[in-house]
Amino acid sequence: MTVVYYLWLREVKRYLRSRPQIIGSIAQPLLYLLVLGFGLGPVFEQSGQGSYLQFIAPGVVGMAILFTSIFSGIGLLWDRQFGFLKETLVAPVPRLQIMLGRTLGGATIASIQGTLILVVCMIAGFRPYNIAAVPLAFVFMLLVGLVFAGLGTAIGSSLKDMQGFQLIMNFLVMPIFFLSGALFPLNNLPTALTLATRADPLSYGIDGLRGALIGQTQFGVVTNLSVLAVVASGFLVLGAWAFSKIQI
Amino acid sequence: MIHVENLVKTFGEVKAVDGISFDVSHGEIFAFLGPNGAGKTTTIQMLTTLQRPTSGSMKLDGLDPVTQPLQARSRFGIVFQDPSLDVELTAYENMDLHGALYHVPRKVRVERIQTLLSLFELWDRRDSFVKTFSGGMKRRLEIARGLLHTPRILFLDEPTLGLDPQSRNQLWTHVKHLNETEGVTVFLTTHYMDEAERTAHRIAIIDHGHIVAQGTAQALKQQTGAESLEAAFLALTGSTIRDERADAADQMRQMARMWRR
Repeated sequence: MTVVYYLWLREVKRYLRSRPQIIGSIAQPLLYLLVLGFGLGPVFEQSGQGSYLQFIAPGVVGMAILFTSIFSGIGLLWDRQFGFLKETLVAPVPRLQIMLGRTLGGATIASIQGTLILVVCMIAGFRPYNIAAVPLAFVFMLLVGLVFAGLGTAIGSSLKDMQGFQLIMNFLVMPIFFLSGALFPLNNLPTALTLATRADPLSYGIDGLRGALIGQTQFGVVTNLSVLAVVASGFLVLGAWAFSKIQI
Repeated sequence: MIHVENLVKTFGEVKAVDGISFDVSHGEIFAFLGPNGAGKTTTIQMLTTLQRPTSGSMKLDGLDPVTQPLQARSRFGIVFQDPSLDVELTAYENMDLHGALYHVPRKVRVERIQTLLSLFELWDRRDSFVKTFSGGMKRRLEIARGLLHTPRILFLDEPTLGLDPQSRNQLWTHVKHLNETEGVTVFLTTHYMDEAERTAHRIAIIDHGHIVAQGTAQALKQQTGAESLEAAFLALTGSTIRDERADAADQMRQMARMWRR
């Protein structure tokens, strides 16, 4: 367990020390929040759906978690390029522990990042409907972080260098984000789109966050929690398997 | 202690290691010499569980790195040829993390970190981030880290590359000391023939994936009728310069490797 803790600590330390990265990764969700939140607000309200800022804030929190956690997993590639990966791979420690430490670290920093964004949202005018339900939002943040840190580790273990990064960004991360219902409600969509959104694990994370933060949920808390827990376990196993297969 | 038989590793059509066999006995210092691209690092990577061999067998202290990687890893320590530090952490944190990875008890860890960092003159800079270090300092830190735990087998892959004579001297003195007092078996590669001659009990010369000669420095000199080990080395491996180049085909292969292992 010491090893898991040390590798977790390494991720957290590295995150807290990279101020430019923290600020940089706040900028993008902030752009969505402010530009879309205020830009599409009037249209959204006219269609009788209430405040768009209230609606989009949980989506933007989910976005920050998605990006942070998946990139922390892919960060494995940096370790590979800078050589530190070798140091952990030859250590007499089961690779599962190494992978767990990294992944838990990734999920932790993703949750910190999500919390930061939540604070920023509140400064912009967002208000949770019920303070007592906010702790549930943290549970969802951590689960979403685990799902995508696990997926990121699986991807990071399968890539040899950074050239595939753009591919992952455009064909995986952006679709996961756009199909998650972070930006629009998931009801009354064309069938194909509905199917795609149901297959996207982030949909359940965003819906869960919305349930906890603004009291609106489509799938229900139990469904959201169970789907995320199952997918997280699946991706952790996949990530652990891919990680154990790494050769330098 | 190390037993290698008919070891082969191919990357695509390139045979990096082509059927090598050798034995290193307990408490021996064994030098593995060869020009760039001869297969030294690939051999070490296979022995240290970082690469799976295409064919052939290996034993480290009786353990097979392919089928018993975890147990095999607990037997050796390694100083890599290329950087393997976390540059976003401090020197001390790198040492501490290594100690944790190798289960060095906290008390022992604290003492040994101080001893080793002092030995390699990094103690004053222990709380500086490694990214602020010069090349030589990073190298010294890698070596100090590799010596933090006392393994049964120590792999040193061109450890003195880019080191000043003082640190080099420090390193070899320490390695010899470990070998004599704790019976650590040492497997090293280097391009400096004088180091190999002074430190190693036995030397193997590898070229194009084959072992072309092995024996003591004295025996290799006699075999080739050369005055120095360097002359013997050149007589055995020729004097053409090889480069590990990456042409277009290599780059394509690398692209393809990205997705499939």
